[in-house]
Amino acid sequence: MEWELVMGLEVHIELATKTKIFCGCSTEFGGAPNTHCCPVCTGMPGTLPVLNRQVVEYAVRAGLALNCDINRYHKFDRKNYFYPDLTKAYQISQLYLPFAQNGHVDLKLKNGDTSTIRIHEIHMEEDAGKLIHSSYGDETYPDYNRCGVPLIEIVSEPDFRTTEEVIAYLTKLKSICEYLDISDCKMEEGSMRADVNLSIRPKGSDTLGTRTEMKNINSFKAIERAIAYETKRQIALVEDGGRVVQETRRWDESKAQTFAMRSKENAQDYRYFPEPDLPPVRISEEEIAYYRSICPEFAEQKAERYVSELGLSAEDAAILADSKYLAELFEGTVAICKDAAEVRYWMMTQVLYFLNERNLQPADITLAAEDFAAFVQIVKAGRINRQTGKTVFEAMFFAEAPFDLEGYIREHDLEQVDDDALITETIRALIAANPKAVEQYRSGQTKIVGFFVGQTMKQLKGKANPATVNAVLERELNQG
Amino acid sequence: MEIKKELVSYVADLSRIRLDETEVAEMQAQMSEIVGYMDILNQLDTDGIEPMSHIFSIANVLRDDVVQPSYPRADILRNAPEHTDEAFVVPKTVE
Repeated sequence: MEWELVMGLEVHIELATKTKIFCGCSTEFGGAPNTHCCPVCTGMPGTLPVLNRQVVEYAVRAGLALNCDINRYHKFDRKNYFYPDLTKAYQISQLYLPFAQNGHVDLKLKNGDTSTIRIHEIHMEEDAGKLIHSSYGDETYPDYNRCGVPLIEIVSEPDFRTTEEVIAYLTKLKSICEYLDISDCKMEEGSMRADVNLSIRPKGSDTLGTRTEMKNINSFKAIERAIAYETKRQIALVEDGGRVVQETRRWDESKAQTFAMRSKENAQDYRYFPEPDLPPVRISEEEIAYYRSICPEFAEQKAERYVSELGLSAEDAAILADSKYLAELFEGTVAICKDAAEVRYWMMTQVLYFLNERNLQPADITLAAEDFAAFVQIVKAGRINRQTGKTVFEAMFFAEAPFDLEGYIREHDLEQVDDDALITETIRALIAANPKAVEQYRSGQTKIVGFFVGQTMKQLKGKANPATVNAVLERELNQG
Repeated sequence: MEIKKELVSYVADLSRIRLDETEVAEMQAQMSEIVGYMDILNQLDTDGIEPMSHIFSIANVLRDDVVQPSYPRADILRNAPEHTDEAFVVPKTVE
């Protein structure tokens, strides 16, 4: 039988506020355990939460960017569960009246099709703490620095049919949040987390199968692997006459398998009730209009502009526009040096290569547009050749900005040699030393010219202008 | 709604509270009284009345996103029955 995959995503995104959602403790990542804590976020009796204004703004702007209806009136509820990652034994969340509903995201797929993923709702909630387990003893040590960090949870409809759609959706959410500047969406650091609800059904059927929910997936690569594993598991189970049980399964990256979580952790009876400690939130038409007015240009519009105004191919434009950090570097550099083609060349060949090779994120780039533009101008002026340029670019890319480009070229003696007399002298010496090769050339094996180009470059430490070398070689080899 | 023993045990289990037979009976009586009160409220005709979400008719009690000093860690940990220098101590939550 042919099976169809049906998936829905619950994506948690940590908002990049300075303080927690209900208290003034810092949200900074990586502090010593339990040092960003106060009586509110540790759930001491008698304390009261007060909502962070910035959380509402960031959340509503995300809702608008994801084409949601923004509820002008929304409120908070308590989700009760007793587990030591929460200090209060409940999480403040939104169930009955979330702030945003009925959105959608349009995805562009590799085959050129578009696919629309509907968003059921987005709600605000507080993050839980981190549990550190003793490796030998019987103890767990909760760290509540993350407890109370603001989250939005974006709940999609079960509209995904392929892994490609899932990845495209997450990439787009990350890109939108980057442009809105509301989250850094680093899956590796947990500031973006995706739970995948997955079920299978016979192809062509329109009823939904029983789903499992996969948690603990920490990278795009892991998502692909987890989906592939769980799909296979469910198909094998059903084809063997079994039945999929609705449960939460934990993805174990090292074992590349999903495991059913213990039934206690599975008990999904959250006994929600309205949060009495927080008054509701009203959002005015003026606020919505203002948030719309400060909505930035997103990846798609940018990519279209790169194609129509800067002459990039659709593929290159999409790659550069997807990441705010790549787009800023690209646009900033082009604005100064006015040569989009040249900047595109160094972005696509060098910048992307280094990110990939060193496993870096675009957000990690320290290269300044001013340095990049100065570099492009030096290459265009012929002061260094392209080959030397690669070495210089690498040094500049990994150095602290601002980079002393002139000093580096001087110090390493990299200025391009375009001195006709020096190049001619070098080439004449090579011709004299390699009569055989000259003979081959003159008898029609013109490919041997590559040997002379290489030797000349070697003699001149790679700094010669390749155009001049070629011209002089042609002139000298065809003489006499 | 009748509060059965099983429901009391279930709620206790969700709350990680251990109850012996006598306590279950005690809780059963108390919960029945509380829920019985709700039954009285349920007899009222609430058609057309908007559910109340907060006891005061206020909204938008917000604070600015400005970092305030956190508490000294020792003070935060002090009330816990068990703690290390860095963290609370709880029974291990994974097997």
